[in-house]
Amino acid sequence: MNAPLPMFVAIPLVAAFVLPVLKGGLKPVATLLANLVTLTLLALAVMSVGKTGTYAMGNWTIPLGINLVLDGLSSLLLLAIGVISAAAMLFSVRYMEQYTAKPKYFSLFLLMVAGMNGVVLSGDIFNLYVFLEIASIASYALVGFGGEHEELEASFKYMVLGSVASALVLFGVALVYANTGSLNMAQISATIRQIGMNIGLAFALSLFVAGFGLKAALVPFHAWLPDAHPSAPAPISAMLSGVLIKALGVYVLARLIFTVFGVSVPVAWVLIALGVSSMVIGVFLAVGQWDFKRLLAYHSISQMGYVVLGVGLGALILAREGDPLWASLAILGGLFHLLNHAVFKSLLFLASGSVEMATGTRQLKKMGGLVERMPYTRATCAIASASIAGVPPFNGFWSKLILVLAAVQAGFYLLAAVTVIVSLVTLLSFLKVQRYVFLGQLPEDLERTQENGGFMLGAMAFLAVLCLAMSLLVLLPGLRETVLQPAVDVLVQAGTAPAAVVAH
Amino acid sequence: MTVIVKTVSSWVKVLIFLFGIYIILSGHLTPGGGFAGGVILASSYVLLMLAFGRSFVASNLPGSLASRLDCLGAFLFALIAILGLVCGGTFFVNFLYQEYFPGEPFALVSAGTIPLSNMAIGIKVGASLFLVILTLAAFRAESQQPTEQDLADPGVRGKE
Repeated sequence: MNAPLPMFVAIPLVAAFVLPVLKGGLKPVATLLANLVTLTLLALAVMSVGKTGTYAMGNWTIPLGINLVLDGLSSLLLLAIGVISAAAMLFSVRYMEQYTAKPKYFSLFLLMVAGMNGVVLSGDIFNLYVFLEIASIASYALVGFGGEHEELEASFKYMVLGSVASALVLFGVALVYANTGSLNMAQISATIRQIGMNIGLAFALSLFVAGFGLKAALVPFHAWLPDAHPSAPAPISAMLSGVLIKALGVYVLARLIFTVFGVSVPVAWVLIALGVSSMVIGVFLAVGQWDFKRLLAYHSISQMGYVVLGVGLGALILAREGDPLWASLAILGGLFHLLNHAVFKSLLFLASGSVEMATGTRQLKKMGGLVERMPYTRATCAIASASIAGVPPFNGFWSKLILVLAAVQAGFYLLAAVTVIVSLVTLLSFLKVQRYVFLGQLPEDLERTQENGGFMLGAMAFLAVLCLAMSLLVLLPGLRETVLQPAVDVLVQAGTAPAAVVAH
Repeated sequence: MTVIVKTVSSWVKVLIFLFGIYIILSGHLTPGGGFAGGVILASSYVLLMLAFGRSFVASNLPGSLASRLDCLGAFLFALIAILGLVCGGTFFVNFLYQEYFPGEPFALVSAGTIPLSNMAIGIKVGASLFLVILTLAAFRAESQQPTEQDLADPGVRGKE
């Protein structure tokens, strides 16, 4: 099991530097190679499910060297990154024909994947920061890939706020190192459990919350997301909304708070407040949007709120030494929603890209009646809309149900009610999408619109099938035990257990 | 620029370039290494650019070649890491030092894969910093929009 861990980073990194050389007539080779890389990563991620392990780079022991750590939570995120990057890459084969410099696009895409895999696997906070920067810088370039005025503006805004986030994180890393004398997460955690929190560490934690909150676009820090995500090419929007804000934001936040700093009541309330405000404000900002992709981007903020709420609720129950069962249910709901959101939001962005490519517009008011012209895109979009709104047979319903159950069982009736209401508003805004894009009167200038077949449809169909099939992850106990439960256990055990058990 | 500046900088450029190579090659023995040496390599071209102008430098070391060198450096570095996995059993392990060629401490040819990694990083950093400067120089001081030809060469564009 030990060999594949560095491969998650090494394969995309090596490929990213080979691809830009393949120009001109070699473009199909570059396309094939890029798709092979993402498929290999997906296969590796599926193989890593249910396994744990650590890997010391270059055989250096821990205080000296860097180590990679695989546990349930990492493999859950690796799986999400693998699935979404494979689908987005497949979609790019045809979609990116609109742009020149396709090999450069693939190169940046794979750098971003390498960075995200690195963040998820890293067992050391400075190394985590380095991978965070690799993924972020690649994503700044990808947001501005179109090179038009609007795209460059969004990219610049994203870059400024992203750099502020990175600076906060780096400052936090320095403070942690100054106070504990180590950069390795397991050692920091052991030290903190010995000496307790002091002012420096508390400040570092608040810097981390702000920094990773910015990366995750939680509500007070969300200003860059509604510009950056719609401006990127559609497959990149899918990657950014689908996995980047999770791997770089919520995952690291959960990892640091639960396994490194240890849960406490104030931090748990901060998480819940961030989650609830993201949910509520995000969804109400989304309802009024008339730009298809911008509407989806605001929904990303709102749906990330669900994930943070689940994790925060779990942290609160653990910190108050309540029943770990309900804590684990809340965290299960949060993490399952993370996985679900990756799938259905990516599908929605891909569908919006397909519509944009066919019609040349993103404005809801200029579209209509596309159900006759693009029946397959419409079908996948309807499935994803039903999922995000929490309509019963689809995956989004189960994760929201688990969250509501956990909130009720833990006695937070108000939070449960908010969860349900936000879900209703989400449904409302996606009915609006269906009404204005696919139903109604077909405008004259769109009469010759063509369905996008081939690879684009393949990628969308793959994700649409997953939207339905992922319900089985909670309904079949066998699958739940191997995929979701280990991830939940990582957080719950770290929240309850004394220091010795937490060692990576 | 005047002929004095041009003549002197064309000599000094060679010396700076040599110094960069020295810093890279002795990176495992003295302060410096791949990154610092690569920056010095790129700075020799900055001097050339200040003295002779952008188009001279772009014909001396074309952007496309620099771009290839950039990829080559990063690829070589990753290759050395992967060779560690193949030959030594662990990613990034210093397999040359441990198994094949321990070398004399403090000699120029020693320390296994470290000098090789330094060279790869030197190529990578030198070429990419050169490209950054070449691209920045495309935007002239008179707040004049870069022409198509200026931009065509380092090429960071997407949609056309």
